[in-house]
Amino acid sequence: MMDIYGWIQLALFIGLLALLTKPVGLYLVRVLDPTGKTFLDVILKPLERFIYRALGLDPEKEQGWKGYTVSLLLFSLMGLLFTFAILRLQHLLPLNPQGFGPMSSDLAFNTAASFTTNTNWQSYGGESTLSYFSQMVGLTFHNFASAATGIAVAAALVRGIARQTAKTLGNFWVDLVRVNLYLLLPLCLIYAVFLVSQGAIQNFKAYDTASLVESYTVQEPKQDATGTSVKDQTGKTVMVEKKMETQTIAQGPLASQAAIKMLGTNGGGFMNANAAHPYENPTPLANFIQILSIFLIPSALTWYLGHQVGNQRHGWVVWGAMAFLFLAGVMVCWWAEAVGNPHLTALGLDQLSGNMEGKEVRFGIFNSALFATVTTDASCGAVNAMHDSFTPLGGLIPLLNIQLGEVVFGGVGAGLYGMLIFVVLTVFLSGLMIGRTPEYLGKKIEAYDVKVSVLAVLILCVSILGFAAWGAVSAWGIAGLNNTGPHGLSEILYAYSSATGNNGSAFAGLNANTPWLNTTLALAMLIGRFFFIIPVMALAGNLAKKKLVPPHTGSFPVSGLTFLILLVGTVLIVGALTFLPALALGPIVEHFIMTGSGRLF
Amino acid sequence: MKTSEYLKELRMALASVIVLAVILCGAYPLAVWGIGQALFPNQANGTLIQLRGKTVGSSLIAQGFKGAAYFHPRPSAAGQGYDSSNSGGSNLGPTSQKLIDSVKERIAVYRLENNLTPEFPVPADAVTSSGSGLDPHISVQNARLQAPRVAKVRNMSQETLRQKIDIHTEGRDLGMFGEPRVNVLNLNLELDSGR
Repeated sequence: MMDIYGWIQLALFIGLLALLTKPVGLYLVRVLDPTGKTFLDVILKPLERFIYRALGLDPEKEQGWKGYTVSLLLFSLMGLLFTFAILRLQHLLPLNPQGFGPMSSDLAFNTAASFTTNTNWQSYGGESTLSYFSQMVGLTFHNFASAATGIAVAAALVRGIARQTAKTLGNFWVDLVRVNLYLLLPLCLIYAVFLVSQGAIQNFKAYDTASLVESYTVQEPKQDATGTSVKDQTGKTVMVEKKMETQTIAQGPLASQAAIKMLGTNGGGFMNANAAHPYENPTPLANFIQILSIFLIPSALTWYLGHQVGNQRHGWVVWGAMAFLFLAGVMVCWWAEAVGNPHLTALGLDQLSGNMEGKEVRFGIFNSALFATVTTDASCGAVNAMHDSFTPLGGLIPLLNIQLGEVVFGGVGAGLYGMLIFVVLTVFLSGLMIGRTPEYLGKKIEAYDVKVSVLAVLILCVSILGFAAWGAVSAWGIAGLNNTGPHGLSEILYAYSSATGNNGSAFAGLNANTPWLNTTLALAMLIGRFFFIIPVMALAGNLAKKKLVPPHTGSFPVSGLTFLILLVGTVLIVGALTFLPALALGPIVEHFIMTGSGRLF
Repeated sequence: MKTSEYLKELRMALASVIVLAVILCGAYPLAVWGIGQALFPNQANGTLIQLRGKTVGSSLIAQGFKGAAYFHPRPSAAGQGYDSSNSGGSNLGPTSQKLIDSVKERIAVYRLENNLTPEFPVPADAVTSSGSGLDPHISVQNARLQAPRVAKVRNMSQETLRQKIDIHTEGRDLGMFGEPRVNVLNLNLELDSGR
């Protein structure tokens, strides 16, 4: 049921987001200006100077697009190796009260690539695999670093647009340090303490053992001495009764990681169930703030764009296009989940309660649909409900959001630079339609700019569809499936979309912890991140070089409703044309099978 | 770029990883830990419930009550069920045979246990597994349907039990966020304490 409380929360959400855009945007302007002054200078300026000294860095020296990109790539490579080493050696490192062993090499590679690329795809279950040190240092490092990297790239691109006849785009190291120190760290400190107040844990003790109030028995597969399950003559697994008298309750330094995972649009859960876990997302209030925090920085970056290019209305038009796509998505997803699963209604389920499989009672239908839409509009990928168990159309929205390139507010930085690629394409297409040389904010858009923009878009398509097709016809792909029929194809398609789009959410039934899937998914993540960033940086470098053409009567206005509609149209057409055939075989056909027949898989 | 420049950049990459790790992965989580333990020690340590010197669970983590004298939580797909070191959902899709079969069975059991007619619509949360497998709550409707069974076994009046449900019903946060819900473990402990 799409009830009034849902509408109130949705209105409040979009209203608060709009109100926060300018103040946070103003703060971003100061953070991304190396000489910018903030109220935190008193405390942080000495630390900033110390870091520059430790790095041997001259903060006033700017870099060209190639230098900036090389620094970014070397930093990411170093971070990847850092985390890979920690995961492989976690049994030798401190803060491992549960005594977890090292990760396998393919899983460690997958995880290190995943966190370096801001994806946070998780082939492992956090509380059953990772030590506190691996979580707090190995993974949290990238939650900060990859977020700052994304914002740095967005800033470099905006500088490229705003500057004229310039050779440089800023200094990567300065952007990296300033974003972490002045933006992410102080916000997270307050945010994490708020999460603790709501019930999120932050401790270093071993897992607790509770004596159950009422013991009960469960059926579990009988295992022989070697740990393999025993089968009877007919091939059925033999089950034995096990009496449960205690419950092991996982603990750890969770809140500090949960805060940055949302704010930095990383999404990697401390616990396997991510933000569905009561320790990670304890109350509906914490949930609302977590969803808002995903969009906070991406939304503010549109204001930063408008401010830096001297056309605030352009920034708001980009914001408006994003808001439109967001609202359309959330309403479809909410509606589909509220209607629920007709098969279950037929069995005698209360029709008003909607599709509650994989959802938490405290969040209900609306907050699960809102979270799913926002986490995939952005490249966050945290989940507070299991997308795999959504209705076909409810699950189509997250999948399509990722495939559109996560440009609806998007990941921190990544959303803005992704959307600006679409802006360039929109300007180009409109220019073709009216027969004029395309211009964007006084810069002529020429063959080189269009080529690198198209390249960025194409790389995503090739990686998503190529890997998904390969997986769908290979034994190693099929072997991981939890569902069969069209839903099985959706699981594979979602996995490679999520990896390439650096989202990290999953149709989590897919058992991806196998060498083939771990490796191909890791490659998709690296391709989706860095082969997108490189063309973006090339575009930034090329735009910076150009002269500004003063506005004339033939200039195409990039503010106003016409441009908003054209931009939304470009995003949808590129996305729809590319992915519609694959989606038709997955969620779309599943929807018609579910509503039009009794066929099950 | 010359080789020496690459080496300089590489050194900066290494130094920045180390310096940032010390601040962001050392000082920051420790600060949250210090503040959390000082201001909200109960929450920071897992909202655990102690009874007669023993930890009997956490208010935020479901336990697998099955007896007629207790309110039952939602079905769980975490490990073998309610395994708080192995959280997760069933991840079964809407056209999964396994999903439909298990819900069918759970509906039959729920109606039987709570003495409902075969046509009575069952609240979805009672027969579907939660996302975490540890959902500590059930819907108010679900709790009220279970109340007569619990009241009968415990020889309590419906009215007293209804009051106890109300005590453990959490409304929408700030009157608007999320859904109203009943905390199962807290409610069951209250029932035991009144015995």
